[in-house]
Amino acid sequence: MRNVWVVATNTFREAVRDRVLYNLVFFALLMMGAAILVGQISIGIEESVIISLGLSAISIIGIFIAVFIGVGLVSKEMDKRTLYALLAKPIERWQFLIGKFAGLAMTLTVNTAAMTAGLYLALWTVKHTLASSDVYLLTATYLILLKLTLIVALAMLFSCFTSPFLAILFTVGIYIAGLFAMDLRRLQAVNLTPATMSMFRAVSYILPNFENFNVMATVTHGRAVSASLVGQCTIYAILYGAIVLTGAALVFSRRNLK
Amino acid sequence: MPIPAIEIEGLSKEYPYGFLSLKKKTSLENLTMQVESGEIFGFLGPNGAGKSTTIKLLMRLIFPTSGTARILGRSINDVPMHQKIGYLPEQPYFYDYLTATELLDYFARFHNLTATDRSERVQRMLQKVGLETAKKIQLRKYSKGMLQRVGLAQAILHDPEVVVLDEPMSGLDPLGRREVRDIILELKAQGRTVLFSTHILSDAEMLCDRVGVIVGGKLRGVGTPGEMVGIQSQGMEIAFELTEVAKRFSLLEKATKTGAVYRVQLPEAELYAGVDELKAAGARIISVSQIKATLEDFFMNLVDADRAQANAVEVSGK
Repeated sequence: MRNVWVVATNTFREAVRDRVLYNLVFFALLMMGAAILVGQISIGIEESVIISLGLSAISIIGIFIAVFIGVGLVSKEMDKRTLYALLAKPIERWQFLIGKFAGLAMTLTVNTAAMTAGLYLALWTVKHTLASSDVYLLTATYLILLKLTLIVALAMLFSCFTSPFLAILFTVGIYIAGLFAMDLRRLQAVNLTPATMSMFRAVSYILPNFENFNVMATVTHGRAVSASLVGQCTIYAILYGAIVLTGAALVFSRRNLK
Repeated sequence: MPIPAIEIEGLSKEYPYGFLSLKKKTSLENLTMQVESGEIFGFLGPNGAGKSTTIKLLMRLIFPTSGTARILGRSINDVPMHQKIGYLPEQPYFYDYLTATELLDYFARFHNLTATDRSERVQRMLQKVGLETAKKIQLRKYSKGMLQRVGLAQAILHDPEVVVLDEPMSGLDPLGRREVRDIILELKAQGRTVLFSTHILSDAEMLCDRVGVIVGGKLRGVGTPGEMVGIQSQGMEIAFELTEVAKRFSLLEKATKTGAVYRVQLPEAELYAGVDELKAAGARIISVSQIKATLEDFFMNLVDADRAQANAVEVSGK
């Protein structure tokens, strides 16, 4: 575990020094602009507009970081050959891989936490108070964070066996497909054979179900997210993430460096 | 009998290439050799000969097609064993957002060292490789030679028993090369084993107890630098200058001229006759020396033979 922690903290330091967290400035400007404008153009629905905008921004910015930095976590180290000296040390390859994953997960956690704080600040600016139902925002951002870590795991898996460009395409493709996993499962079309229906259903179970992590509509209307859904999403993300990372570790552990 | 520091048995590495990776390029072919404990072993070969491939296989950065290797009697896949190994990659590149101090501390954390020990070793190593004044500068601002020094520092930071250096003199100025040579000799004095690859033959002649020459992925010979080139004399060389009164003489036609100095090479049996002829002609003899083959001659002969063989195969293939 010590090796994983050493790699993880260095990955976090890399993200900080490479100014990854500068996206927070963009988010802050977006929230400030929204807080000023929303009061003038949307009478009565300021709160829901701010929450929708804020959660969408947290999700989209997080996805960008998870995909682009997640793909580069391993591929950049292989391209620049920074891995050489490190992998000759007494460290297993899977420890390196999990360390890089944990480092980016830490970065995303800090980033998401800062953006959530910014969202609360924007809400307070608009309402001059915070309601007890606003605490549900934390559930929504927690689920966004789970989704982001799953995306990082997928990005790392693809980057272990293909080029960075293809890995980005695959990750984004799987993410988009994963948003429609439930639709695929429920698909009832008259012109499809039972075999095709079964195949779609099987694919829908294999794809990561990203729609489950989206509770924006619920929290925007001040409703609580059920504890069972949060629990299920947590277990799902852990299990799915573990399977994906195990696959990545298996591929990476047999990979010849250039 | 002490265990060899490094044992390699029948190690081969093939890389697939081409459409559907159906073709295979052999980078290393059935390499078998040993590096004894406490010796400095030079791994010589031209670019692309298979030196770095061998070293990467030992460091498990790539995996062999066949064969095995052991370091200190344990499999190279035994990860805890790598506590006892130091490795400098060829043309090293490190995290450029870190300072030298941070990088060395980062690498030191993978070894069982306390925070105090790490800090003390890092400072000592920075001093040893001459980077004490640049220790707080991010590596992105380092020159190639400075990166090489950091690389060397991280390789020996944890007092490894076996040190593997891939082209350690690369990118260094004469002063830096001298310092690296001194460090290698110091490691030997401490009882460490050093394996280093190079194509700079003078470094190998100066430092190595034994050398292994690899050309075209095949090991062509292992031995002391003296054994490799043969110790017998290749003849004699006389250097001389002509005085104003010097007469024309037959040796002058065989001589080569550099500035005002003429040099002529003779078989050892003809030395005295040659000296007499020069004296009689009124030439001033500057020096008489024995001609010995160098490691470079041996090396070049092997490379030439390899190229000739490759050309012959190509011609017969047509």
